[in-house]
Order: sequence, then C-alpha cells, then structure tokens
Amino acid sequence: MPETLTPTKTNCYHCGEECLTNAYQKDQKQFCCQGCRSVYTILSGAGLCSYYNYNEHPGTTRLRNDKRYDYLSDPAILAELLDYSDGRLSIITLYIPQIHCSSCLWLLEQLNRFNPAIHYCRVDFLKKQLIVRFDAEKISLQQLVELLNDIGYEPLISLQDIIKKQNKAVKGNLIQKIAVAGFCFGNVMLLSFPEYFGLSAIEQDFKTFFGYLNILFGISVVFYSGWGYFLSAWHNIRSRILNIDFPLALGIAVLFIRTVAEILTHSGAGFADTLCGLVFFLLVGKFVQQKTYHHISFERDYRSFFPVAVQVIREGREKPVPLAHLCTGHRMVIRHNEIIPADAILLKGEALIDFSFVTGEAVPVSKTLGEIIYAGGRQTGEAIELEVIKPVSQSYLTQLWNNEAFTRKQDTRMKTFNERVSKYFTIVLVAIATGALLAWMPFDFRRGIDAFTAVLIVACPCALALSTPFTMSAALSIFDRNLFYLKNTAVVEQLARIDTLVMDKTGTITTGSSKRIDLDGELNVAERQLIYSVCANSIHPLSRMICHYFGDLDKISTSGYREIPGKGIAAMVGGYRVRVGSDEFIFGQANPGNLTTRVHLMIDEIYLGYFGFHHDYRAGLEQVTGLAPDYKLYLLSGDQDHERTELLRFFPDNGHLFFSQSPQQKLDRIRQLQEQGLKVMMLGDGLNDSGALKQSDLGVAVTDNVNNFSPGSDAIMDGRAFPKLPAFLRFSKDTVRIIHLSFLISLTYNVIGLSYAVTGTLSPLIAAVLMPLSTATIISFTTLATHFAAKKRELL
Amino acid sequence: MSIIYFLIGCSVLLALVFLGAFFWAQRSGQNDDLYTPGMRILLDDEEENRVKK
Repeated sequence: MPETLTPTKTNCYHCGEECLTNAYQKDQKQFCCQGCRSVYTILSGAGLCSYYNYNEHPGTTRLRNDKRYDYLSDPAILAELLDYSDGRLSIITLYIPQIHCSSCLWLLEQLNRFNPAIHYCRVDFLKKQLIVRFDAEKISLQQLVELLNDIGYEPLISLQDIIKKQNKAVKGNLIQKIAVAGFCFGNVMLLSFPEYFGLSAIEQDFKTFFGYLNILFGISVVFYSGWGYFLSAWHNIRSRILNIDFPLALGIAVLFIRTVAEILTHSGAGFADTLCGLVFFLLVGKFVQQKTYHHISFERDYRSFFPVAVQVIREGREKPVPLAHLCTGHRMVIRHNEIIPADAILLKGEALIDFSFVTGEAVPVSKTLGEIIYAGGRQTGEAIELEVIKPVSQSYLTQLWNNEAFTRKQDTRMKTFNERVSKYFTIVLVAIATGALLAWMPFDFRRGIDAFTAVLIVACPCALALSTPFTMSAALSIFDRNLFYLKNTAVVEQLARIDTLVMDKTGTITTGSSKRIDLDGELNVAERQLIYSVCANSIHPLSRMICHYFGDLDKISTSGYREIPGKGIAAMVGGYRVRVGSDEFIFGQANPGNLTTRVHLMIDEIYLGYFGFHHDYRAGLEQVTGLAPDYKLYLLSGDQDHERTELLRFFPDNGHLFFSQSPQQKLDRIRQLQEQGLKVMMLGDGLNDSGALKQSDLGVAVTDNVNNFSPGSDAIMDGRAFPKLPAFLRFSKDTVRIIHLSFLISLTYNVIGLSYAVTGTLSPLIAAVLMPLSTATIISFTTLATHFAAKKRELL
Repeated sequence: MSIIYFLIGCSVLLALVFLGAFFWAQRSGQNDDLYTPGMRILLDDEEENRVKK
C-alpha cells in the first residue's frame, strides 16, 4: 500500500506518489502525471469510482509508460498466448504483477463494464493472474491488453510461458492420497478400539468382521496412498542408493503383510491403525515440504528477459514480428528502454546501451553507426534502427546460455543430513531385525518371525522422515516472511554449510540507481547554463548525469568543442572558455587520494568546484562484510575496477576482488574456490552471473523486484532482505541443529520400541500409541524450536 | 447386536460419500484458489447487479 496522505504535500489521488506539479487536476483531485489522470478519467467515465473507496491510492504510478502492443495482433503469437479459442470465444490467463489490493480485485473483475464483449474475468490474487473470457470477434486481445494498460494494470506478457508451465504442472494427487489415508486412518482407529478395550465372548464375531474391514482399508492405503514409497525405494535400490524411502517401504510392507496374516489366521488384531497412521503422517510431511511460490520462478532464462516481439521495418512500415521469426537482414526499431533481442549492426540513431544486466558494466556504453551491438543490451535514449546479423537463437547471449558449462547437470550438490543418516540407519535396522530373528530361531521360530517384523515396524523411521520436512518448512516460511525465497527445503541445509560468499557488484551490492551526484561549490544561473551547454554535447555518462542534475536549461551554442576521452571536455560558450573534467585534465596531475570520482569545473581559468559521484552500495553491506572472519568474502565483477578503492573499505583483502570478469571467468573462479574445498554461495543478479550461480553450491539471485526477471538460481532474495543475510546464515545453522536434535528424539523412541520388539512381544496397542506419540513430539518440537530460533535471530 | 453390522456399513458408506465429495471438489478445481474468494466477499455489490435483475 502506498503511503498515506501527509498534510503538507499533495499526493496523487490515483497512485499516492507525491505530486510535483499541480498541472494535472480533475474533479478537484490532484494527479502526479497524465497517466494517472487518464486512468481516473476512464474509471470515472465508466462509473467505477468505487475503486478508490476500497483503498487509498490503489493505483500504481503511470509515470513511465511507452509500451506497444501491436504484436498481439499476430496470429502466431495469439495462438501461443491464448488458453482456448474457437474463433469467437477466447480465454486467456494474464500475469499482472500490479495486483496488490482489494481495489485491484474489484476493478479487474468489472472489465465487462468497459466492454461488454468481455464475458468473464476472475482474479487469482496470490498468483497475480487474471483469467479473461472474451468475444474475440468484438474485442481483440490487443484491445484487451491496451484496456488493461489504460486502467493501470499492464500484463507481463514475456513471462507468459512460466504461467503456462505453472498451471500445467502436474496437479499432484498428493492431497487426494492424504484424503484417502486420513479417511482410512479414522475408520481403522474406530474399528480397532473395541479390540484394545477387550471384547467379551459374545462379541468375538465382530472381531473378524472388523478385521476384514481393516484389511480393506489397509489395501487402499498401501496400494493407493503409500504406493509412491515402494516405487521410490525400488528406484533407489536399482541405482544403488539407500535412502529413507527404503526402510519406510519396508516398514509399510511388513506392517501390511503381518496385519493380513494375523487377521486371516485369527492370531491377532494386526497393526492396521499403525499402518494407516504411518502413511498418513508421512504424506502430510511430504505435503508440508512442498512449498510453492506462485509468483516466483527459479528457472527463468533469457527468453523471459526478451520481449515477445520486435518492431521491424518492412517496405517503409513498422510491423511487429515475433522473436522466433526474426531473421538476418531484418531492420528493427528499438525504442527507449527496450531490449535488443539479437546481435545487430547499428544503422541509425544514437545508441547508448545499458549492458549492466548482461555484462555487469554499470555505465551505459555508446555505440557508433556500423558497430555491432550484442543482444541483451537495453537502449536508453532515442529510438534506434538496427540490422539483425544473427537470429536470436545464435546470438552471443543465447549461445552463452546454451554453453555446456551453463546447462551442466547439478549432481555435485551437498547431500542432506537425512540422506547421509538414512543409509546407516537402514543398515543398522536390517542388522538388528536379522539379529533378533537369528537369536530366536533355535528356540521358537514363530517368535523369531514376530521379533523380526516387530523390529521393522517399530523402528520404521517415521519421526526421522518427518523431522526434516517440518523443520524446513517452518524455516522456509520464516525466510519467506523476510523476503528471502528458497527454491525448496534442501536449500536451507545448503545454506547452513556455506563458508564462502562470492558477490557480484552491479545490481547485487549496488542498487539500480547506484550513483549519487553532489555539487561541491556555488554556481549561479549563468554558470549553470554554461556548464550545461557544454555537457549537453557529450554522451559520456558523467556528462549526462550532470545535465540531468541541472534539469532543463536552455542550451547555448558552443564552438571549439573538444572532448578528450577519459579526461574531460572543453569548449567556448558565449565567449567563456569552459573546461569540465578530471583532476588531470583541469590541474594537470592526477590525485590518487580521492576515493570518489570527481568532475571539476572551470570557467575562464576560475575554479568553481567539482561534482562528486558517490556509489551507493546496498544498505547493510557493512553487516554482510562483517561476516569476514567466519566466512571468506570475494567480489567478482564484470565491471572495470574504478571502484576498487571504495570497495576496499568492505573487502579488506585486495586479492579477493576480481574485476572485468567474463561470465565464463566467473564460473571458473567459483570452480577454483570449490576445488579448494570451500562451499561457495554466489550472489548475483544478471545474466552474466548465471553460470556462476549454477556452478556455486548455492546460487542466490538478488533483485529489487521479485516479479522482474532474475536468472535461474536456488534462491531469490529481495534487495531489502540483504542486510539480514548474516541472520539468515546463522538461522540456517540453527535449523540444522534442530534437525539433529529431533533425530535424537526419534532415536530414543525407536530404542524404547525396539526393547519391546526384540523380545517378540510387541502388542498392536503399544505400536499404535508409540507411533503417533513420536510423530506428535517431533512435529511440536521442530515447530517450536524453529520459532524460537527465528526469534533469537530477530527474523520474527 | 447384529444391528452393529448395519450401522458400521452405513457409517463407512457415509464416510465414502464425503470422501467422494472431496475428490470431486479437488478435481473440479474448487480448492485451487483459497485466498481470493475471501477478499471478493468483502466487496460490495453495486447497482450493476440491480440493473441485471
């Protein structure tokens, strides 16, 4: 929710941003920009002003907007986007990141008041999706999207594929399995109670009846709900791994067989309730472990970074072309803030390309006509025209992604505690069971079998299997609350074992608008105008920032303009000799003592002061680098090393700073560290880090907006959570300790149970009490302990 | 006491009906979005509905 109104400033009625001018007014309401006002006009025109009653300032700012949706008329693209279409009726699911409050919900479900051709709209709030059913003959998808855009809800169409994948994702029938197991568990318990309390002689008939019913319930639990455990155990044995599913499957099988045998031979009541309870709790554990973030994807690649289509000039007209159909020789138009999707030659216009996402360079690069521009750059400034020289699939960036190193299968990930323990656990379990069998065999064969099965039943690692999922899911929701999103529960354990942090610079420890500009010195209006006029001639990033600092001034014509790359500029303006540049340029000698970049100003040999450019590092970098003695810290940057001195403040060891690293070099550095036996966590943000993120033991994508593109990784961190990183690391260590403790608790229960089991006298009642009791202990212990650990680390 | 057979049969049958109902709800997507309907119910119906009637 945007900030509430403050009495001194006027805030935009629509979006809540501060109004800089009062030029935009309507119905005595102030708006910050034309965009916001037009949204209000549309809404009030359609009688939908209740939108503003549900929440204060429900809109999102419309200050930046220059989108085009022409490509949505292309049938090939349409076919890919629509969920369903029969020529008339079409259904589409759109991803709208702006959905954030009940007003959004209300407005988006009223779309048919704008256009009756929209039959039906439904919002899925958590997934931030809108399902629209519309008449394609009366309103095209392009019109629909433009309408959404007009009312301030712009769908993110380049991320469409992810939604499709998410919605298609196998709707696991886990819940149904749990339902069946729970249903059987309840009924079996009811039917087993009479047996436990003792039946009189007349009621003995019921015993067999209840027994047969129990078998029926048992069959559905084993063969429907618990079948997955057999499959997984079988798979693992074939690939020679002993994981926890093997003793579980063994336990389920033994329980079932012994129950059936006892009931059919009328020798006992069997363990049907233990069996159903076991499967039920195990499945609940599995369910808890499956955490899904609806609006985050960990598997994004360059495709979701690129636009869906690009404007191509054909026969003098602009026409949208889907990226897949873009071929060599096409002449494309790239506007301000658009991404260049394929390697191309600059034909027309002034290109100032921001490659920060691809290479990590902080400063936009200017390109001259005829130069090759690699895909992935973002044009800033005027529209440019380029000729495609390589199709999208073969461009530099895409090739990088398809590089073998980048797509390498991850098999070197650390094993979880569970995996390591369950191997020994299984061996010991089978050894004890066989031992009991062999010990009894010479005296009493029947009792030997009883003991053998009882050991397998009682030692079934139910509590062990549950401790990890319950602890981890509790930990995951703690991280989630703190804006740190982990891909799955195993990542928490990986986080606990990290001992080396490697950070990217641009976008990771710096923020988007990373530079601040300060004027040291006094300038009058005339002087400002002179300097502005000189700097306006240059496309050097620093000059641009200076011009931006001054705002819109009138430009005076200059003569004798001279720009010395990397030093400064000089020119005659209105009879004054203006010089703007570095220490060396102005004073003739460099001043290495300066930690900041400075641009000095001189008019007619009178020194007027300088502009200082400060880097804004992410808040909390001190805390993170304060981890230094316990964790090794490295910096890998694709940028040049002009910030080295400033960064030494945070990374005291000069040998740990690496600049001008290509994506491949970054990956290699990570591998070198791993070869030294270090467990490396990589924090990065751009496509250039994607290889390093993949290679590292734990790749974390840092982003300022989790809905935006972020490279494939194990975890996504909101930039605001960055200062909490040390707490996260400590907390992950706590959770691993909790898992170890709960393992000890479950072992204690196992030992108690085993002492009954080896004597061959395990009664169904003891098993039926012990199993749920141990489970309940583990669940409550892990949940409470995780909660306390989070409190201790101030994450709650 | 043979009434127990009948009663247990009834109870299991009834439970099976509920299980079936849950399966149906799950398959028809009624549990897909458990959050939005809770918000939707708080929004007032407007004149639009009255016009329709």
